[in-house]
Amino acid sequence: MKYVALVYYDEQAMEKLSQDEWDALNRECIACGESLKEREQMIGGNALLSTQSATTLRIRAGKVDITDGPFAETKEQLAGFYLLDVKDLNEAIQAASKIPPARYGSIEIRPVRELQDENNVSYEAQKRD
Amino acid sequence: MSNQHACDSNAIRKSIEVLYKQESRKIYATLIRLLGDFELAEEALQDAFNAALKHWPTQGMPEKPVPWLISTGRFKAIDSIRKQQRQREKLEVAATEMDGVSDIAGQAQEQNANVIEDDQLRLIFTCCHPAIDPKVQVALTLREVCGLTTEEIASAFLVSNTTMAQRIVRGKAKIRDARIPFELPDDTDFNNRLDAVLTVIYLVFNEGYSATQGELAIRSELTSEAIRLTRLLYSLTPDPEVAGLLALMLLNDARKAARTNASGDIILLEDQDRNLWSKGLIAEGTQLVAEIMRAGEYGFYTIQAAISATHAVATTAAATDWSQIVELYTQLHKVSPSPVIELNQAVAIAMKEGPDAGISIIERLLERKEMQRYHLAHAAYGELLSRAGRTASAINAFKTALNLTTQLPEQRVLKQKLLKLGEN
Repeated sequence: MKYVALVYYDEQAMEKLSQDEWDALNRECIACGESLKEREQMIGGNALLSTQSATTLRIRAGKVDITDGPFAETKEQLAGFYLLDVKDLNEAIQAASKIPPARYGSIEIRPVRELQDENNVSYEAQKRD
Repeated sequence: MSNQHACDSNAIRKSIEVLYKQESRKIYATLIRLLGDFELAEEALQDAFNAALKHWPTQGMPEKPVPWLISTGRFKAIDSIRKQQRQREKLEVAATEMDGVSDIAGQAQEQNANVIEDDQLRLIFTCCHPAIDPKVQVALTLREVCGLTTEEIASAFLVSNTTMAQRIVRGKAKIRDARIPFELPDDTDFNNRLDAVLTVIYLVFNEGYSATQGELAIRSELTSEAIRLTRLLYSLTPDPEVAGLLALMLLNDARKAARTNASGDIILLEDQDRNLWSKGLIAEGTQLVAEIMRAGEYGFYTIQAAISATHAVATTAAATDWSQIVELYTQLHKVSPSPVIELNQAVAIAMKEGPDAGISIIERLLERKEMQRYHLAHAAYGELLSRAGRTASAINAFKTALNLTTQLPEQRVLKQKLLKLGEN
């Protein structure tokens, strides 16, 4: 079963790390990714540049509307993602608990929804049994 | 049909009823593991008992009824999945599960009953998974493990049936969609996960024990379900803290009859009629506490149980071993530091050394912001001030407490205190 682990942290808090601390954290993240791939628990993923570099796009009335920045101001910002392939939520939790930024911010684990040609599960149905 | 036969079939129907009462939750838990789906398991359970009602009166009871019911339920479920080809996905899941356990009923007959007992434990751990909202954990545990109806749980927690039904649906959907497995946590996680289970059980107990609103019958069902679950848990995982929680609940439950008067008002521990305390529950609770403490490895629940046990064996409030209670609070504070524990300890110190000793501790505690909004801190402060003869200050403290609580029974207790001091 596939899950995405979304990594969030407060960018301003991370700015306070020294260059050495920041590099050390990044080396840890590289090692974490390699180890998860070695166990065949990770399909892919990336760290992201800061929200300052984000561009948000919407199509309204057939027109592409572009704005600067992320779509919502939040306390913690999306900093990266891991696409995991594991047995169940317990394994996903174990894998995600190895992601180093979990010590600073938070990791949101979401099951992947596979798109289908038909009979896609609606949001309404997800609330039901 | 001969009379003898009719008599036999009546007896068999009675046995099926008894089986349903005693074993249906166990069978359900096993069916959930086998079928990997709450709804399928629920249907399979009903189908299995219907099949028993149909066949046993004429064919006689099978030698091992529980494995028969499990195996029948499972086959009925596969049958119904096959009929509903549109539920292709469920079939695949169930079919893979099925391959792994080619004939669980056959195996179960050979194996001991441990596998089936463990299924209930698996279900408890699944319903109390930390990825599920705590409120939903409690509701799911009562519904799926204890078999209470949604209406009963709703009325116990004073929410509407719709709200409670949604909560349960939300929990089941989370288990299904996020794929929370029906598995016991592995060794590294076990203690953490066990803590979550104990928290849920203690919440269930306190919901039944503390609140004075709601239907009495259902409230006492909650406390007895919490105790039953803990007994089950203890028989499956003999962890000292499970025993500690069991002892704590038994000792608190022992005081049930003395805790309120006829009009539902709270009677404080020191004013309770100790003849109304259940001697049997106290004996069992204190013995458990003694055993755990002798073994030397204990924590949060056991220490609270030990405090409760110290109260329980005292013939009067004055005859209580207050030194021991003060010492136990020190231990409790080490395990789980909290100003509320310091507050309780201050009251015990006042009982041991006189009100002034307690007053100075509470005054220090009241400098903390979180304690300034806590009505029980002001109530305890008022009580000690009143004992020290400082009536005017006591009245002020009780009034502050009264302003901070919204619970009617608590308000009545405080109003009585104020009346006694000549205020209204």
